[in-house]
Amino acid sequence: MKITKNIVLKFSREIVDQPIVCKLAKVYDLSFNIIKAYVTPRQEGYLILQVSGRESDLKKGFEYLTESGVKIEPVSQDVVRNEEKCTHCGVCVGICPVGALAVDEDTRKINFYSEKCTACGLCINVCPVRAMEVRF
Amino acid sequence: MAKTISEINEKIKKGKAVVLTAEEMTEFVRKKGVPQAAKEIDVVTTGTFGPMCSSGMYINLGHSKPKIKLGGGSCYLNEVPAYCGFAAVDIYLGCSQVPDSDPRNTIHPGEFRYGGGHVIEDFVAGKDIKLSAKTYGTDCYPRKQLETFINIKDVNEAVLFNLRNAYQNYNVAVNLSEKVIYTYMGVLKPKIGNANYCSAGQLSPLLNDPLYKIVGIGTKIFLGGGQGFVSFQGTQHNPNVERGLNGVPKVPAGTLAVIGDLKQMSAKWLRGTSMLGYGPTLTVGIGIPIPVLDEEIARYTSVGDEEIFAPIVDYSDVYPNAKDGTLGSVSYKELKSGSIKIEGRKVPTASLSSYYKAREIAGILKNWIEKGEFLLTEKVADLPGPNRD
Ligand code: SF4
Ligand code: SF4
Repeated sequence: MKITKNIVLKFSREIVDQPIVCKLAKVYDLSFNIIKAYVTPRQEGYLILQVSGRESDLKKGFEYLTESGVKIEPVSQDVVRNEEKCTHCGVCVGICPVGALAVDEDTRKINFYSEKCTACGLCINVCPVRAMEVRF
Repeated sequence: MAKTISEINEKIKKGKAVVLTAEEMTEFVRKKGVPQAAKEIDVVTTGTFGPMCSSGMYINLGHSKPKIKLGGGSCYLNEVPAYCGFAAVDIYLGCSQVPDSDPRNTIHPGEFRYGGGHVIEDFVAGKDIKLSAKTYGTDCYPRKQLETFINIKDVNEAVLFNLRNAYQNYNVAVNLSEKVIYTYMGVLKPKIGNANYCSAGQLSPLLNDPLYKIVGIGTKIFLGGGQGFVSFQGTQHNPNVERGLNGVPKVPAGTLAVIGDLKQMSAKWLRGTSMLGYGPTLTVGIGIPIPVLDEEIARYTSVGDEEIFAPIVDYSDVYPNAKDGTLGSVSYKELKSGSIKIEGRKVPTASLSSYYKAREIAGILKNWIEKGEFLLTEKVADLPGPNRD
């Protein structure tokens, strides 16, 4: 039976340029969709994948990833904005890699589009009043 | 015909003053021109809400039983060290102060989750703050140690006293180096990956009074949600810079020292702030009313974002090493559009100061004046202006 999982893969700076993920298909017979991929300013890579395959293959594939130095996290966390705290300054706008935080031209408020947010967490420490919060 | 501040105050008391925010004034003058604006408009309100690191509060704690002399000792508010080199129970806390236990930047970039600015926010919000003090005893002040909670309701005085606020214009920060840098202007991505600015532009107080004709020592202002005053020119006040034909400085210029009763203020307008890899600070809300006494003032207050320019400065080398040179200048209109062109490349912009909140402050001040709750003051002395030569 085939199963599908959403996972976040974090690549440290040292391994970010290595062809690790393609082996999932070649060697472990898994198919995957890349939902989002980006490299942070600190050269760490993030890949949000939807992986499908037989349960035993998934397990082996994940083991292979972990051995290669990739950190695997489930996409279970959510980033939310504490509306009371947000001052609508806009510091986060330039940081968010997927445009989930954007200025409204009219009101000059910073809108948060949670449906676009990939929960990468980059905005959390950048927000000067810590209005972006992780929920598990 | 020119008006006086006392005439305008009479109108305010009768609820007849015509008040516009600086944004509305810009629109008004665009449509109807300067002479009409000078005739019809009495007051223009400005606002700004941004991190201002030279902010702090002083408190007179009142006396414990037996009495203690904090002067010459040491004291902490919620683990953040406060200055106590004054008399027995006067202490001062600066917003950029960090707890002794904070790892600072040893784990780079430091998070600085709690510092002086956060204590000020909590204190204004009415939360109990832990005070711990140690000192030497004297015959008149025998106590040597104190651990207690203080609340803004119970202390004798609590005063916000900021040495440098409301910078007239500011740099646009970029990073020319190959690595990310963490600055008081925010996180700057390598190779000019982003550009951060920090001014409300056309709403900003001193950009609407570029030559300090109105704002001076003694001017009453919106400060942190209460009413405060300009107490002096701020530190680093530098009027002698390059200016446009409209008098507006093209680089950071004037500054204000401001003071006000903290007990009247609100945590909504004094927000503890953490700059990643840099330190804690306080985001302060300030609004200044500008009486439109004549056509000259009407013209100044009509300034728009497209007429205000800021220098683009490299924070990886030029700024830290005190070198000269900029990467050009850019208008606030361009900055607010979300991206600017630097060396032919499109660079995303972000603001550290909240234009949305600046607008709200200008609106609140307008409302206070319309309702007769806020009268204008005559300055008692000028801020130093540009040398005429
Ligand atoms: S950086 Fe924080 S306070 Fe500023 S707009 Fe973004 S979420 Fe709001
Ligand atoms: S966590 Fe923050 S930076 Fe990351 S996608 Fe969501 S909003 Fe953008």
